[in-house]
Amino acid sequence: MKASIIVFPGSNCDRDIAVSIKKITNLEPVMVWHKETSIPESDLIVIPGGFTFGDYLRCGSIAANSPIMNDIIKKASDGLPTLGICNGFQILTESGLLPGTLIRNDCLSFLCKTVSIRVENNETKFSNKYKQKEIINIPIAHNEGNFFANEDTLKKIKDSNQIIFKYCDQNGEVNEKSNPNGSIENIAGITNEKGNVLGMMPHPERATCKITKLTDGENLFKSIYEFLS
Amino acid sequence: MKLNVKIMPKNGVLDPQGKAIENSLNQLGFNNFSEIRQGKIIEIDIDEEEEKAISIAEEMCKKLLVNLIIEDYEIIFDREK
Amino acid sequence: MNKITEKMVEEHGISSEEYDFILESLNRDPTITELGIFSAMWSEHCSYKSSKYWLSQLPTKNDFVIQGPGENAGVIDIGDGYAAVFKMESHNHPSFIEPYQGAATGVGGILRDVFTMGARPVALLNSIRFGETSHEKTKHLLTGVVSGIGGYGNCMGIPTVGGEVEFNSSYNDNILVNAMCVGIAKKDKIFYSKASGVGNSVVYVGSKTGRDGIHGATMASAEFDDNSEEKRPTVQVGDPFSEKLLLEACMELMKMDVIVAIQDMGAAGLTSSAVEMAGKGNLGIELDLDKVPCREERMSAYEIMLSESQERMLMILEPDKEDIAKKIFEKWELDFSVIGKLTDTNRLVINHEKEKKADITLDILEKGAPSYKRPYEINIFDNESIQEDKYKNESPISILKKMIESPNLCSRRWVWEQYDHMVMTDTVLLPGGDSAIIRVHGTNKGLSVTSDSTPRYCASDPFEGGKQAVAEAWRNLISVGSTPIAITDCMNFGNPEKKEIMGQFAGVIKGMIEACNTLDFPVVSGNVSLYNETNGKGINPTPVIGGVGVVNNLDIFSDQNFKRINDLILVIGKTNGHLTQSIYANELLNYKKGLPPKVDLEEELKNGLALKELITKRLIDTSHDISDGGLLVALTEMSMKNNIGYKVNITKENLNSYLFGEDQARYAVAIEKSKIEEVRSFLIDKNIFFEEIGQTNKDNIIFNDEKISVTELRDLYENWFNNYLSEAS
Repeated sequence: MKASIIVFPGSNCDRDIAVSIKKITNLEPVMVWHKETSIPESDLIVIPGGFTFGDYLRCGSIAANSPIMNDIIKKASDGLPTLGICNGFQILTESGLLPGTLIRNDCLSFLCKTVSIRVENNETKFSNKYKQKEIINIPIAHNEGNFFANEDTLKKIKDSNQIIFKYCDQNGEVNEKSNPNGSIENIAGITNEKGNVLGMMPHPERATCKITKLTDGENLFKSIYEFLS
Repeated sequence: MKLNVKIMPKNGVLDPQGKAIENSLNQLGFNNFSEIRQGKIIEIDIDEEEEKAISIAEEMCKKLLVNLIIEDYEIIFDREK
Repeated sequence: MNKITEKMVEEHGISSEEYDFILESLNRDPTITELGIFSAMWSEHCSYKSSKYWLSQLPTKNDFVIQGPGENAGVIDIGDGYAAVFKMESHNHPSFIEPYQGAATGVGGILRDVFTMGARPVALLNSIRFGETSHEKTKHLLTGVVSGIGGYGNCMGIPTVGGEVEFNSSYNDNILVNAMCVGIAKKDKIFYSKASGVGNSVVYVGSKTGRDGIHGATMASAEFDDNSEEKRPTVQVGDPFSEKLLLEACMELMKMDVIVAIQDMGAAGLTSSAVEMAGKGNLGIELDLDKVPCREERMSAYEIMLSESQERMLMILEPDKEDIAKKIFEKWELDFSVIGKLTDTNRLVINHEKEKKADITLDILEKGAPSYKRPYEINIFDNESIQEDKYKNESPISILKKMIESPNLCSRRWVWEQYDHMVMTDTVLLPGGDSAIIRVHGTNKGLSVTSDSTPRYCASDPFEGGKQAVAEAWRNLISVGSTPIAITDCMNFGNPEKKEIMGQFAGVIKGMIEACNTLDFPVVSGNVSLYNETNGKGINPTPVIGGVGVVNNLDIFSDQNFKRINDLILVIGKTNGHLTQSIYANELLNYKKGLPPKVDLEEELKNGLALKELITKRLIDTSHDISDGGLLVALTEMSMKNNIGYKVNITKENLNSYLFGEDQARYAVAIEKSKIEEVRSFLIDKNIFFEEIGQTNKDNIIFNDEKISVTELRDLYENWFNNYLSEAS
């Protein structure tokens, strides 16, 4: 089984994702350059974090218009599991695969730290290994991670259980104080309506290693793998 | 008095954003354009007569709004408003 | 052609003696392009003319050094076929003029120095110094520099894992921005800048050339005056996105056997890279500037040669291998242009628009570069002591509260949370401790990295200050359990034409030499920034030392955070209570006289190696260097992360000196109960001085009879930056 990892100019978490996937699952990571026009036969698409095209114009906006995106949009719409992390999440909203948008952090600065997030829906391809309402610790590192959607969109997202992760404190409280970037309703990760496309700002691939004392991201990859097997 | 301050990178100063947008548009098949530069517009409503408002806006530009080292600015106002 | 006037020569920072030498060597008047080239190459920044004499005395070798000073960066052997490549560089003046872009391009420059040698950058550190917090420009400069550093490093995807931030009035008009980069390469795949092969192609890659930073190198060597803010148009704009492409393109090309030599275009741009590469190979070089990719129209030869546009590299390729390289750079959408060739003439020849614009023998430029042994006078402060301690009767906890919420001791979290310090997923020890540790990707080995300097010590006694800067870097690497290997230095000083400033430089170097020798901790790369002076007032002498060490097994290292309650707390090293030049004296008592603590290097070596052995034997996993702020501040820093405090009973006559003095060669450690006996007898056997001062304690800090919660202290410690930046200026 294979995971296609899309590499854009300015992607910088591509290697990290590949290392985690290889270590945790039996998926073979395949790097796919953004100028390709089709995704090779694969079971998972991953759009990694980074600063594609320098984050110029709007984060993810230029990448969302890259040649490879047509095929990603097609395959994701057909139901192929697709994961976008950080800048990958921004690319997914810019390309229309996910609702809402990501705007500048309300603290107005880049923020890199380990945060707690709560699993809001563990019945997805991406979260089945977590317990419902489990509190996990995963690093964030972004300048534009403030999720925003208008009322209608937000209602739809909620009605169809698309919120997967919310920022919380160590005790699982979801409130203004535990919201690092101003995201509406503390949203840290959502899926599309079908549930096969996940976008999240926190970096699960940065929490897959005992030596850095962060391992809570492993179950995300295990969830995907279990679903696929 | 409603004013717009248009801020653009100075001529000759590298504009990485403009360059990236230009490349991307090229790749999307737009070829009939030459140079793209990205700037910003700031709207300000100053509660003063025209002349005074402009001079206040000038001061705002110099003190905060514009990075005079790498940016130029222009104060534009709409008389109809 | 324009006749060169006296005024033009002066404006190019060339002295009349230097100009006479140029006339004599050329046997004619130089062209304006040539004048620009001489000016750039002979600037302090490129020629090290005031510092060379002293720098050449620094120790540069030990068993691990593969490449010492003189290349783009230093290289050390870290075992298992890998090498670490590192260097630190200043971008002080540009950052004062435009803090965001100045700091950003400083980071960009140091990254190129490292990846041009074939190493993938794996860590960035930044040592930044600003004026006093009440100075009108400080907030603006601080926020600009921090976001500039973050903006560049974050976009590149290279973790920023450490550094220093200091506030001191001596930097009011001359801030310091020193950036360090560490990279990792295969030991047998290091690329150098020495050109070889007559007839080989000179290839330009990267971004296009614009009029950015023309005369940046000259600017970086000129003393500031009140008009200098008008020198602004010379500031370069960084494009980290292009640099990321350049990095990946270079890494891809370096996997193939194609590059003969490579060097980044940094200060003095095309001029210095062409001259240095050909010079090192004892060859000549001929450039056709019509082939240089330009961003702006009608650029003159002078401008092209001196432009400091960022994100560019110069390479030497064999002509039949050009196509391989070209393909890769085209894939990454970067410019690639063959702009000249190597010759056997030992001359730099510049052609532009069908005219020869320059023709200079390289020996004149390089070996003819001036080198001065400037007059110097090493001054040290009088040995005075504090007569009146206004906090003599105040409780230690109440003093401690003032200390940890002071700008130079409080938490730097506000700074490092703006830097992506976790990308690449190899950051084992995060910022905020003595050293950061980065895993060597794919192995169980780590690199420890730190940057240190105590300028107030150097100002009061340059020799002791020079020793201390090196010793503190060494200590910080030891206290995480690593083996210190080598250092890079960034020497920031005032105007070297003044003998007392030159004395500071000489004194600091002499101190560094002693420390490097005793600790077997050589200098492998570095940078000098002089003329950090405004209206005759120089900065505190600031030799920033970037240290790199190796952790052979990542299962065994130490950090500063208390881990268990009821651990025994022990201080290794003797506390004499040296108070002058401490933060307590300088900032709380506002007493700036007197001498800094002496550094006993034998004691450093003995105590440090003993601690390292204890860590390696798994007897100690919690250790912290005692430096700025002294013992009580160190213990408090150890409490913060895991919310474990300490219970300490100390009664002494001069209690404040004991608690807040800054004696060197000391570490605070916490030892698990079951291991205490073994540690005790080990230290007694080795004849190491130590004191048992108390135990770790749940949630609270108890000093004699006074108690305070760790949470209360943490709030003070963590909030200073936010409070400072949110208050109206």
